[in-house]
Amino acid sequence: MKYIVSGILGAAALSLMASAASAGTLEDVKAKGFLQCGVSTGLAGFSAPNDKGDWTGLDADFCRAVAAAVFGDGTKVKFTPLSAKERFTALQSGEIDLLSRNTTYTINRDTALGLNFAGITYYDGQGFMINAKKLPGVNSALQLSGAAVCVQTGTTTELNLADYFKANKMEYNPVVFEKLEEVNAAYDAGRCDVYTTDQSGLYGIRLTLSSPDDHVVLPEIISKEPLGPAVRQGDDKWNDIVRWTYYALLTAEELGITQANVDELKASGNPEIKRVLGTEADTKIGTDLGLNNDWVVSIVKAVGNYGELFERNVGQGSPLKIARGLNGQWTKGGLQYAPPIR
Amino acid sequence: MATQDIPRDVGGGRASLLYDPKVRGIFVQALVVVALGVLVYWIVGNTAENLKRANVASGFGFLNGRAGFDLSDTPIQFDSDSTYRRALLAGFLNTVIVALAGIVTATIIGFLLGVGRLANNWLIRKICTVYVEVFRNIPPLLVIFFWYFGVLSVLPLPKESIELPFGSFLNSRGIYLPRPVWDEGASLILVALAIGIAMSVFVARRAKQRQMATGQPFPVLWVSIALIVGLPLLALAATGFPLTFDLPKKSTFNLTGGFQIKPEFLALYLALSFYTASFIAEIVRAGIKGVSRGQSEAAAALGLRSGQTLRLVVVPQALRIVIPPLTSQYLNLTKNSSLAIAIGYPDLVAVGGTVLNQTGQAIEIVTIWMVVYLGLSLITSAFMNWFNAKMALVER
Repeated sequence: MKYIVSGILGAAALSLMASAASAGTLEDVKAKGFLQCGVSTGLAGFSAPNDKGDWTGLDADFCRAVAAAVFGDGTKVKFTPLSAKERFTALQSGEIDLLSRNTTYTINRDTALGLNFAGITYYDGQGFMINAKKLPGVNSALQLSGAAVCVQTGTTTELNLADYFKANKMEYNPVVFEKLEEVNAAYDAGRCDVYTTDQSGLYGIRLTLSSPDDHVVLPEIISKEPLGPAVRQGDDKWNDIVRWTYYALLTAEELGITQANVDELKASGNPEIKRVLGTEADTKIGTDLGLNNDWVVSIVKAVGNYGELFERNVGQGSPLKIARGLNGQWTKGGLQYAPPIR
Repeated sequence: MATQDIPRDVGGGRASLLYDPKVRGIFVQALVVVALGVLVYWIVGNTAENLKRANVASGFGFLNGRAGFDLSDTPIQFDSDSTYRRALLAGFLNTVIVALAGIVTATIIGFLLGVGRLANNWLIRKICTVYVEVFRNIPPLLVIFFWYFGVLSVLPLPKESIELPFGSFLNSRGIYLPRPVWDEGASLILVALAIGIAMSVFVARRAKQRQMATGQPFPVLWVSIALIVGLPLLALAATGFPLTFDLPKKSTFNLTGGFQIKPEFLALYLALSFYTASFIAEIVRAGIKGVSRGQSEAAAALGLRSGQTLRLVVVPQALRIVIPPLTSQYLNLTKNSSLAIAIGYPDLVAVGGTVLNQTGQAIEIVTIWMVVYLGLSLITSAFMNWFNAKMALVER
């Protein structure tokens, strides 16, 4: 008996030490040899497995960009599909190193949930989609009083929905599911009249419905949904790496560095490009981050710049065909603005 | 060791304490309790420490915050301005409602099936056997999906609702029933109902006494029905029918008005009832089989008819065998109701999950879940144990 008890105590002490000894996330990731990245269970354009089972999309590619920055190899990523409900617990508990899963940046999540957002990779807003064939004459969200609305649980969407209907003194009937696929199936089966989520998501989901052309996205945008990658609070070094990976993607686009010409541009005489690509003499930008000096080269080689990422996954090169809009570079009237890499 | 030679049962208390089995037992048990205490303290302390380090807020203070979300189906008044506490309460009540409704229905179906499996009629016997074998061998989640996606979601849309009698409608959004609206004087009907029930109880007692004394039976059932149904009807007529019905009407999107039973509830309720009924049927069959054949033969010899034999001799004895395993099925049904989350019925687990996500208070919510389910199960067991004790063979 005593042996068993001491055995249990010993095991407990060991597990305590193991958790106390965990160093920074960067060291952990390097030791593991891959980045464990939390993504959605399947949202077209952001993170969804393709027909070969590879994860594609803006969020999935962002994971690859971070892996490229750390390892110089964008394939060293393992994806963990998470429901909206599971995502924060997975990050808090250390199951994943990075949450890149169309997650809205809010003050509550930044503070009380112990997360840090590393930037806004996609400026979104919540919208509504209806079946125009079954509901002719409805062309504004203000006509939706009395409707049954399908929504995913545990999202800011759910909260905005309640606020919007309350503010406009309208009634509605929420139909709430945990998983995106369940919401899609219920909406497609006609269990509810309206589907609400981020507008980018609505365009993606529309493609998966049985008759996409019957459905229209209503013009109203009822909320700000800045989506971005999140990391655990209290690890500034790791937060810096993720944040500057995002800025590097933006800077690369700004400077015209693409997947195709990045090797060529390493020989460029332009001091700004030299600084960003780490070809400047005695540069310490990469090593100060805890990475190699050619980290931006690795990122762009792996996934391209932000513009390429966007067009490939959600823009003109994808079935979603979403315009850059707010997600354009600041020089072109958008909100994407990276601080200087110097 | 010198004490080894001394026999244990000699000289009360003179043997070394080290070899006293009682003392040893207490010592070892105390050691285990202390070790367990230290372990729990360690885990709790470690968790609190890590939460603090991860800057995650903890404690139950969040329960008073504004929920901000709406629920699709609530037995109590709830909107987005209500607190998280009230959201969890609504979820808890939904769990209790679906569990109670499921337990009642599963018991009725289960008893019918159990008796049906022993029927003399070949067709009834085989149908019941097939039912039991099919339903108890399918995971409950699939049964829920079967009802939700297979049966309820293929019903027509609200605009093409199926009309049922009495102004009711059936469509993919559920069943819409007329909702009774009580006007003034309606309380008299409730009073009449109460009087009817009280009088039935009285009649039943007197009838039993009379039968004990004289052997004369009395038609208690019919008199009770007449009292319980007749008196309120009489009161209804006397007060001039203070009752109107709010009928469901078609509007732009849905039917409005009336009383709506949502498909999520229906799917879960039907699935749990039908699934658990297959187990209850087997328990009932075992219970009836467990009553020795001599009992029914003796009853027949005494001149009881087959219905009376079943009601007065077989079932009371079968119940003693049936009740303990039945308790487990009730507990299973209650716990299986947490599968509601798969089809979006806002039970405690679904609502708790939403609260968990909106607040990030994982440990607190999981604690609430466990405490509530444990409490529900213990209450069910306590009730069934009481019922079992009441039904147990009274030995004289």
